Amino acid sequence: MSYAPSPAALEKIEGTIALYPEKPAALLPVLHIIQGESGFISAAAEAWAAAKLGLRPVRVREVLSFYTMFRRAPAGRTTLQVCRNLSCALAGADDILGLIREKLGIGPGETTSDGAVTLVTAECLGHCDHAPCLQVDGVDHGPVTRETVAALIEELKAHV
Amino acid sequence: MSENGVRLLPLDDDSWRLEAYLRRGGYEAARKALTSMAPKDVVAEVCQAVIRGRGGAGFPAGMKWSFVPQGGAGPRYLCVNADEGEPGTFKDRLVLRRAPHALLEGMVITAFAVGIRTAFIYVRGEYALVSGRLEEAVAEARSAGYLGPRVLGTDFGLDVIVHHGAGAYICGEETALLESLEGRRGQPRVKPPFPASVGLFRSPTVINNVETLAAIPQILAHGAGWFLGRGVAKDGGTRLFGVSGAVRRPGIYELAVGTPLRQVIEVHAGGPPEGRSIKAVVPGGLSAPVLKADEIDVPMDFDSLARSGSMLGSAGIIVIPDGTPMLDVLHVTARFYAHESCGKCTPCRIGTSWILKAVRRLRRSGGSPADLDLILRLAEGIRGRTLCPFGDGAAMPIRAIVTKFRDELERAVAR
Ligand SMILES: Cc1cc2nc3c(=O)[nH]c(=O)nc-3n(C[C@H](O)[C@H](O)[C@H](O)COP(=O)(O)O)c2cc1C
Ligand code: SF4
Ligand code: FES
Repeated sequence: MSYAPSPAALEKIEGTIALYPEKPAALLPVLHIIQGESGFISAAAEAWAAAKLGLRPVRVREVLSFYTMFRRAPAGRTTLQVCRNLSCALAGADDILGLIREKLGIGPGETTSDGAVTLVTAECLGHCDHAPCLQVDGVDHGPVTRETVAALIEELKAHV
Repeated sequence: MSENGVRLLPLDDDSWRLEAYLRRGGYEAARKALTSMAPKDVVAEVCQAVIRGRGGAGFPAGMKWSFVPQGGAGPRYLCVNADEGEPGTFKDRLVLRRAPHALLEGMVITAFAVGIRTAFIYVRGEYALVSGRLEEAVAEARSAGYLGPRVLGTDFGLDVIVHHGAGAYICGEETALLESLEGRRGQPRVKPPFPASVGLFRSPTVINNVETLAAIPQILAHGAGWFLGRGVAKDGGTRLFGVSGAVRRPGIYELAVGTPLRQVIEVHAGGPPEGRSIKAVVPGGLSAPVLKADEIDVPMDFDSLARSGSMLGSAGIIVIPDGTPMLDVLHVTARFYAHESCGKCTPCRIGTSWILKAVRRLRRSGGSPADLDLILRLAEGIRGRTLCPFGDGAAMPIRAIVTKFRDELERAVAR
């Protein structure tokens, strides 16, 4: 298995590296670009990024395993991030999360068997004035209700 | 400068555009600094204004800048902390979306004052879309000559790079932010040396919060005396108070530092909804120890909140309504800290996860009031014994919930 970014992604990666006084500082942005294009960061992509930035592979692995937004395996077509910190909890986040688990038949960290949705929990998305809130592929939704969430899930299931 | 310019947060729809910002007198404060003041006079003015860091710790910005060594040939950097991860905090998001040029102008003034030519804005990963306008604002400012090699036609130059994190609360801690920006795990560094002497890429570095920097233009435009006069004696200006939880109008309110907490909640945010009352309030993000309903007649400035046994922190106010089980609040709090500990030092790594275990036992049957003492002992074992302030930030609010609501928690456990 080998990895090569698309020409467009490669151009972006090289432009990004050039912004930083020291190459390794571009690691997070480079991983974001790779994940943005491939959906996750494969072992081959990991090795590629290490070589590109002149880093030992373990340095890349350390970073991947530290940050919650990086994925080392493919995820669903849509990622649903549900906030469960205090402002959202006061507004019924547990109930919303329960409803989502029931509708999708999966728990946080899991992906539906048809590959439609990956569910994860979040610790404050900085949208507390719209509690309870969630993010659908990075797009903020809130305040959500049982009804809006149920409709959202139907939409995500239908979207292939 | 128009009267409008004194407010950090304009609320009209196009306020984030360069043209709208210029109409309100934008970049005039930077012009004044760059064309008529010496860098050291800018630092002096900001020192006199006593603007305290809006990221949480409340350190005076001018004093922080004055710690950067003078002279020397190497580079120095400015890092803007836009990691905004403290639960209950959503103010920087509003600046990034509504007033990105106020931030950029504040950065120009700061960089000029300290002799910096390169700045990074570290934006939390979850704000990738929120920061779209910021990135547009950077491009707009660069092509109009407010950033770039010759800012406002002078020979002062500033490059700005927007950098995205990838999901880790601890990266808001300033030295963890530097590690992360250098492409490593976000684990705090031992201090000293402080970033002002050894920071990003081993160079002198200033780190300030988004809101702190966005308020700097006001100081230059209206003078230190004016700015200080808008707050209290040792804490100048206005703050962006974020109010969430059980209030009629959750949102951000820009009010004078020192505005009473009760007034922020009841007058500005409309108080609790019909038929509800306040049980407790977290006054400054989840790390700030909770206040009981009868403790909220306190001015919202750093020193007053510290005297009340809590902290102003990020000024993110969470209103907890009557009927909320405090065991649930304790659980959310314990879970957050156990999840976010970076794991570098033992008291924090082990302590936060044991506290969470004890809280989970209390929530199932099988716990006993003795577990509450265990939680307090574990919190005590963390407090003051860790590498970075995250440890205290975990121990203090947990201790406050357990001690202030002990009776309720014991009743809940007995059942
Ligand atoms: C665990 C932890 C998390 C923090 N998170 C943030 C944050 O999200 N944003 C922020 O500006 N400061 C945060 N801080 C405070 C920073 O370490 C630092 O004091 C601040 O960025 C300095 O800027 P200021 O003086 O303008 O506030 C955090 C501190 C700790 C200990
Ligand atoms: S106190 Fe916690 S977050 Fe801070 S360095 Fe230690 S383990 Fe990491
Ligand atoms: S607590 Fe959910 S967005 Fe802040």
